[in-house]
Amino acid sequence: MVTADVETADGQTEILRRMLTIREFDSTAGQLFADGEIPGFVHLYIGEEAVAVGACAALDEDDYITSTHRGHGHCIAKGLDPARMMAELYGKRDGYCNGKGGSMHIADVDAGMLGANGIVGAGPPLAAGAALTAQLQGDERVALSFCGDGAVAQGQVHEAINLAATWDLPSIFLVENNQFGEGTPVEKQHNVENLSETAEAYDIPGFTVDGMDVVAVYEAVAEARKRAVAGDGPTLVEADTYRFRGHFEGDHQPYRDEDDIEVWRERDPIEAFKRRLIDAGTLTEDGYEELKSEVEATIREAVSFAESADDPAPYEAYDDMFAASIPEIEQFARKARTDGGESR
Amino acid sequence: MSTEARPGAGTPGTETMTVREAIRAALREEMERDDRVFLMGEDVATFGGVFDVSDGLLDEFGDERIRDTPISEAGFTGAGVGAAATGSRPVIEIMFSDFLGVPMEQIMNQMAKMRYMFGGKTDMPVTVRTTEGGGMGAASQHSGTVHTWFAHFPGLLAVTPGTPAAAKGLLKSAIRSDDPVFFFENKMIYEQEGDVPTDPDFTIPLGEAHVEREGDDVTVVATQRLVGESLSAADELDGEVSVEVIDLRSLYPLDTDTLVESVEKTGRLVVADESPLSYGVHAEVMARINDRAFFSLDAPMQRVGVPDTHIPFSPALEAEVLPDADDVRAAVENVT
Repeated sequence: MVTADVETADGQTEILRRMLTIREFDSTAGQLFADGEIPGFVHLYIGEEAVAVGACAALDEDDYITSTHRGHGHCIAKGLDPARMMAELYGKRDGYCNGKGGSMHIADVDAGMLGANGIVGAGPPLAAGAALTAQLQGDERVALSFCGDGAVAQGQVHEAINLAATWDLPSIFLVENNQFGEGTPVEKQHNVENLSETAEAYDIPGFTVDGMDVVAVYEAVAEARKRAVAGDGPTLVEADTYRFRGHFEGDHQPYRDEDDIEVWRERDPIEAFKRRLIDAGTLTEDGYEELKSEVEATIREAVSFAESADDPAPYEAYDDMFAASIPEIEQFARKARTDGGESR
Repeated sequence: MSTEARPGAGTPGTETMTVREAIRAALREEMERDDRVFLMGEDVATFGGVFDVSDGLLDEFGDERIRDTPISEAGFTGAGVGAAATGSRPVIEIMFSDFLGVPMEQIMNQMAKMRYMFGGKTDMPVTVRTTEGGGMGAASQHSGTVHTWFAHFPGLLAVTPGTPAAAKGLLKSAIRSDDPVFFFENKMIYEQEGDVPTDPDFTIPLGEAHVEREGDDVTVVATQRLVGESLSAADELDGEVSVEVIDLRSLYPLDTDTLVESVEKTGRLVVADESPLSYGVHAEVMARINDRAFFSLDAPMQRVGVPDTHIPFSPALEAEVLPDADDVRAAVENVT
């Protein structure tokens, strides 16, 4: 289930659970990476949870999203299973991509999750295409593209938004402004105060919302979705947020002060939403602790699933290049199946 | 039978058509067969394509499925990838292959890698049509032959028809394929005529070469315009040297078996392709023969192509670097 009603107590609890799940998943992934359990590298979403969760709660189950290299939050918000996600981070066969994608390429096309993406700015054209399918098929699906502030400087993001605006594609472009494009502050990369101002150039609505406020994100995306389904084309939503961790784990972060992080921590999206629910009487401290324990158990189980899952067999490196059987590749697959291939 | 076609010149069940008509017929038949197929690109609809290939299709299929795009190759190629991943079957036209640098990111990191990176959990049924080749004074940015890049890059299939029948049969297979297929049209052979099967289920499998003319002394493996040039060279040499001419048709996958069988018979190989000579299709064909038919060779293998320059504007210069029948003939004579 992806859709959650921000107006109801159940919906609010579900939204909080999802934000906590992302926080716990990424805190755990960061620790496992530091411990050498996860190969490659990981980009954590800690601090930005309200953006993914608020946005996806306003979408329908069948809607599409495209993601970024910082995609764990989008996956969880779109309803993907943390256990299969963690298995993918471990490079295991039971991961979403059978171990071929890793952290930066988790996808579940059947769930409308068209992939985390290692190329900054590559998602918006893909979302335009998914929206084009929806338009051609005449269904009520929309495509939402998450992209970072850094991506807004990319040419293909401009091309995608222009295409979507010109063709009234049922799409939403959600810019997660986490204040840094990799290691360079946003003001050194852009000449506008708010990135949503660029919407004017396409004659589409553009809003900047508080990305630390899950309700604000939800409401902006819900409004954008209505427009998209009505055939009125795309909306550009900028969510102001903050990345509490480095660009990637292990990044020594020479580009910012610890003090700045503390300022943003005061606005922690999970704390803020929790406080709001407690103040409204929807949640108790005990209820929160219980929710947190459940989430921690879910992630513990995810790690346990990932640890015990099998590595792919070496010959699986030759699977999935094409739908068709290609002799050039099949010859190596045959050999690896016969002699076992080169194991680690 | 399409409106512009004539009855075939002798073969039952065929009609005579140009390469341009054959491509148009393939598009029409596949769009009639499957409503998920649509065509998009710059000036493909109202204009009918800059080389008139899609002329008339807008009237038949409407502007949703024959879709003019902004001049925005990265945007609409990426949209094609996203559409293909979600159940559409787009045909994308890149007006000149020289423009393929613009959408290259979407091609190399999205189109080519998605299926693999996602563990096989998406199809990528997208066809990219584009034009290649010099010969019309279009200068370096509208005359290139770049198909080697795409045949080389993992995750893409690439075809280079040299006849109307190959153009129709391969394009239909490309559109029906669940993999990304690059379909390279040499712009100098749009008017070339040939017999093309009329059966709407006629297709040519991706990865099959075709012997266009049988011969005993030398194998010429050619692509696109150079298929016709090689057949002319073979005619000229008739009586002196018996030349076998093969239309390679598919660059990837590559039909090694047909090439090996021919070289085992002739013992000599010339590869004629309009790519720059270094690191090209020529070298790949030779490597396959080296692996599988080295001991059948009676002479060093030869290659005919563009001598690593861009295509210059002046007709006097363009003629110097573009390979033709004379170059094929010279290569054949070199080894006989």
